Amino acid sequence: MTLDGFLERHGGWLEAGPEEGPVISSRVRLARNLRETTFPGWASKEVRNRVWNEVVLAFDGVPGSKGFLRWRMDELSALDRELLFERHLISRELAERQTGSGVFVNEDECRAVMVNEEDHIRLQSLQPGMNLQKAWEAADELDNALEQGLSYAFSSKLGYLTACPSNVGTGLRASVMLHLPGLVLTEEIKPVINAVSKIGLAVRGLWGEGSEASGHMFQISNQVTLGRPEAEIIAHLDQIVLEVIEHEKNARLRLMSTQEIRVHDHVGRAYGILANAALMTTGEGLDLLSALRMGADLGLLPKIPRREIDRLFIRIHPAHLQKEAGVALSPEERDIKRSQLIRKFLENK
Amino acid sequence: MKCDLCDKEAVVHLTQVVNGQTKEVHFCEEHAKAQGIDLNSPISITDILMGLNGPQKNIASELSLACPRCGMAREEFRKTGRLGCPECYKTFMAELTMAIKAMHHSGQHLGKIPAREGVQTRMKSKIARLQKELEAAVAREDFEKAAKLRDQIKKCRDDGTQDDGGKK
Repeated sequence: MTLDGFLERHGGWLEAGPEEGPVISSRVRLARNLRETTFPGWASKEVRNRVWNEVVLAFDGVPGSKGFLRWRMDELSALDRELLFERHLISRELAERQTGSGVFVNEDECRAVMVNEEDHIRLQSLQPGMNLQKAWEAADELDNALEQGLSYAFSSKLGYLTACPSNVGTGLRASVMLHLPGLVLTEEIKPVINAVSKIGLAVRGLWGEGSEASGHMFQISNQVTLGRPEAEIIAHLDQIVLEVIEHEKNARLRLMSTQEIRVHDHVGRAYGILANAALMTTGEGLDLLSALRMGADLGLLPKIPRREIDRLFIRIHPAHLQKEAGVALSPEERDIKRSQLIRKFLENK
Repeated sequence: MKCDLCDKEAVVHLTQVVNGQTKEVHFCEEHAKAQGIDLNSPISITDILMGLNGPQKNIASELSLACPRCGMAREEFRKTGRLGCPECYKTFMAELTMAIKAMHHSGQHLGKIPAREGVQTRMKSKIARLQKELEAAVAREDFEKAAKLRDQIKKCRDDGTQDDGGKK
């Protein structure tokens, strides 16, 4: 299958899920490496190719592996690699790698296995909404199946050995993608970021950094990977994110009870620009769609389903626009296409 | 606030949370520099402990140390913060132990174990887990539980056959 098939559909992680207002998706990724094998960043092309072949062989033995699509980075165009990145299926780092690097993606895009990224294997599981537990179970299951055919680098003291010591132990990075416009508008986001950082979790903007994150999208993840069982890491992150969700809900309630007219104005202006602009950059689009998404959550835009806005968040990115157009586009041509795509979406509402 | 190492006023304050307890360090300008902290650039405790940030002292002779399996030199590892192969964990054990402690506040894996790992690995891991529980029991003065855990650990050490499969 070619990547073009992706354009007609959306990832399964953009379906409905628990706490779907403030939460977009939950993700778990596991880092694994092959025993007695040089890590990808330091390995020769021969070793990287051997790793790819070994993983392919093991993967073909995994139940349900036929439902996965696979690509090697060196057979994809730069645009196709960017498309996979925009869909959260591969990392920026994998997109920039070549020999021996590739990815397996299952058809609903909820599970992916990156080969020869920073580690030999980076296994990812995505779930819609707040559902770290399910994401972990799916990752664990795939890990168990894949392990049947591979010998992992493991020490009883340090656990799974990884290229970077910051991932050693469980190799587990769990994260939740959150939409937090309430906290941004009430200017409470900085104290929340500081508080969460102090208890050993990382907060970063999904697009852009810190409190300036485009689209008011944030990612909260664990940093500690060693010295705690996986279940404990997941439970801790789960508990803190639920607290952040409460803060976000309270911020929205406060905005609606004390500044309702301003919220209407904010959402209405965003709608006005999105429905009429003829040039739209990615950054502006993300910020305005964020306002629209909050409006949909607050019941101000009953005809615009939140999930369709979420899909638009992905579709307005450069590689998606160019794949849909079927040709390479200059930045200005993309700004035109982007504005057309959004206008068309709103016209039908 | 005074510097941790002398009586001068501290200008650098670093905070780190270890097992839920906040630890702070304070340095005057002079001692901050001595610790390798550049006052004009953002830093992390991890960088300092990894030695990625500061002046590298008396290690010229050690820089030639390289991993016998993959050839990664210590200098290279310091520059990138990435290891060359799983064996590097043994080669660079001395500096890694400190860095890993700083990052994870622990040096013992308590998570999943690959099914292919032998009985011994599972037993070591089980003992490590029980030992952590023992420390926690002592800390909260639950000596009855602590005694039970101590016996369990002893039993595990005596007969290396009590395997629970490493699952929790």
